[in-house]
Amino acid sequence: MQRMNREEMAARVARDIPEGAYVNLGIGLPTRVANFLPQERDIFLQSENGLLGMGPAPAEEDIDWELINAGKQPVTLLAGGSFFHHGDSFSMMRGGHIDICVLGAFQVSVNGDLANWHTGAPDAIPAVGGAMDLAVGAKQVFVMMDLLTKAGESKLVAQCSYPLTGLSCVSRVYSDVAIFDVGPAGAHVIEMVPGLTIDQLRDMTGVDLQLALEIA
Amino acid sequence: MIDKISPSLRQAVADLHDGASIMISGFGDAGAPHELMEAVIEHGASDLTIISNNAGAGETGIAGLIKANRVRKVICSFPRQAASHHFDARYRAGEVELELVPQGNLAARIQAAGSGLGAVFTPTGYGTLLAEGKETREIDGRNYVLEYPIHADFALIKARAGDRWGNLVYRKVARNFGPIMAMAAKTTIAQVSEVVELGALDPEAVVTPGIFVNRVVQVAPLSVAAAA
Repeated sequence: MQRMNREEMAARVARDIPEGAYVNLGIGLPTRVANFLPQERDIFLQSENGLLGMGPAPAEEDIDWELINAGKQPVTLLAGGSFFHHGDSFSMMRGGHIDICVLGAFQVSVNGDLANWHTGAPDAIPAVGGAMDLAVGAKQVFVMMDLLTKAGESKLVAQCSYPLTGLSCVSRVYSDVAIFDVGPAGAHVIEMVPGLTIDQLRDMTGVDLQLALEIA
Repeated sequence: MIDKISPSLRQAVADLHDGASIMISGFGDAGAPHELMEAVIEHGASDLTIISNNAGAGETGIAGLIKANRVRKVICSFPRQAASHHFDARYRAGEVELELVPQGNLAARIQAAGSGLGAVFTPTGYGTLLAEGKETREIDGRNYVLEYPIHADFALIKARAGDRWGNLVYRKVARNFGPIMAMAAKTTIAQVSEVVELGALDPEAVVTPGIFVNRVVQVAPLSVAAAA
């Protein structure tokens, strides 16, 4: 079995983002998806801090600290891009105007519950940012994550044990070894890396998995 | 003649008082009114409630206020940052209270205050720790949490340019919370890089109409670039 690396995962998610989509990419791994969106597709990247039509990182000499993304990294604005205040930015999410958001996760349940903001550790300082708004607001929520923790525990679970970000909000999970549709009908495997079988995947996750019709 | 231009930062914040609630614009450093916050530290007001997206980083701004022990409570969405050590220490010591609010609910509650709404039903946070104990309602098959407005005594915001009637335009993502905080506070104080004559701002492009702004004070331009 050949696990996908970070770049391959980002490229795989990018393949599923269609022309014309309004997309919010979360901080961390999801940000890399931008590097793989085909130039010929018009895709509108939204950043929660008030820009639409976000472009790639600038050259060193063009850095402007009033033009940053949600991760507070310098970015650029494409021709046709726009700025707006926080009320409008979160209306874009909550109001159902964002087609796809891509988020990282600690855990996703087979019915699409998401846990990605807080480990629940008593000494942790909680911070939530825009995660809960994106989770409930975007029409489709994609999660990008390694299937297993460093300790070998599945992050795709029957029920999340970490505090929830949103209920039944995730539609698809892109992991390093397989892609799953999740939701009210449970988890369906839609792709696996070569050399991996559904039974191995069931062993790895310990959850009930069905093969999607298209690959069964 | 109405002239909202304050001659100095010191005079712009002169009527701050102990126990005040203060909204502070900014997402990270972009849009953070650093000069006004320095003026608040010099002013000496304490026991403050700060409403902002973050809880400060480094040694200046909100972090500077916390370091100087002026802050009783922070209402924000994302306190934990790489250099939020002043907040972290006082929070862990129980010296600063935290009300953690999802970022969009923070915006919606500020907007509710500025718009005169009694409360809003928001889907964000439903079923999570951050909605525990709050009233909920199902409307058209979707679940919502009742969230109340956040008012403030003062808003300190940063804009690119303003005129003596208080009309403001912003610069890039430094706009962030400025326009909605300006509407929600009893007294809104805007620091600007440039004061312009009445009529110089294109009325089609004014972002914050002067009705929401009480004072405008000029500071040296591009302070964010220098601070970053």
